[in-house]
Amino acid sequence: MAATTDAGVFDESGLLAKARKGDSAAFSELVNQYSRKIYRLAKHITQNDSEAEDVLQETFLKAFEHLGDFQGQSKFYTWIVRIAVNESLMKLRKRKSDRTVPLDEPLDTGEDTVVREIAVWDENPEQQYSREEIGGILDEAIQSLKPAFRTVFVLRDIEELSTEETAQALGISIPAVKSRLLRARLQLREKLTRFFRRKGDDVFAYL
Amino acid sequence: MLTCKEFLQELSDYLDATVDAELRRKLEVHISECPNCFVILDTTKKTIEVYKGVQPQPIPPEVYSRLMKAVEKKLAATTHKPA
Repeated sequence: MAATTDAGVFDESGLLAKARKGDSAAFSELVNQYSRKIYRLAKHITQNDSEAEDVLQETFLKAFEHLGDFQGQSKFYTWIVRIAVNESLMKLRKRKSDRTVPLDEPLDTGEDTVVREIAVWDENPEQQYSREEIGGILDEAIQSLKPAFRTVFVLRDIEELSTEETAQALGISIPAVKSRLLRARLQLREKLTRFFRRKGDDVFAYL
Repeated sequence: MLTCKEFLQELSDYLDATVDAELRRKLEVHISECPNCFVILDTTKKTIEVYKGVQPQPIPPEVYSRLMKAVEKKLAATTHKPA
């Protein structure tokens, strides 16, 4: 198989070159490499299993269709993330019940940076919660964010795109990415503190 | 000295190490003197770390199999021509 080089490293550019020539095994390898992350991203943005599945399929089908347009100036992963983000946002906008357009609502009210919970975290939340419970807490906290904040946080801090890549993928400015990321991080910190705070402590015990 | 509000506005950039040296120094002075902001900084950092550490779960087998079927169908139907 063409999945790895002799050194066992995933050879993306080799696979892309083959896929461009119509090598289906090479394209399937690329799908295999990134499908988990794309599915997670789609689930985070749409928060709906069946829509996330649609996004997953559409992303790779469109990627294949437009493979000739991919110039290799960005990373392949960043390129398919942009496709997946667009597909996911289209799903959100299509929902009749969800009339709030997620990405262009005015957000800079300043209220989102209000900090209420100030407490040191437990050093080992694993002792208090199982892995599954922690996963559930993290997911629930993300789901409680507004789509505009959630999407930026997922791209920056989970998928680890740069600020510029995130701005490009969402079609928003760099200051907008930064301002939404700050708010998302502070809101998540607030929510997680309720679960992970060290019991019976106040802030001064930390000093 | 910066106010707590000013500190919070810069918190994200500080964590991403995208502030200039002078601002960084001011922010560090602030956290050395303000225990609340020190805790907010520390727990925000932990928030980011805890999410970064999460690996994507495997796709449910039926979802994965439908994906691969859709991809194979597309590949079979298309003679892909490079641009």
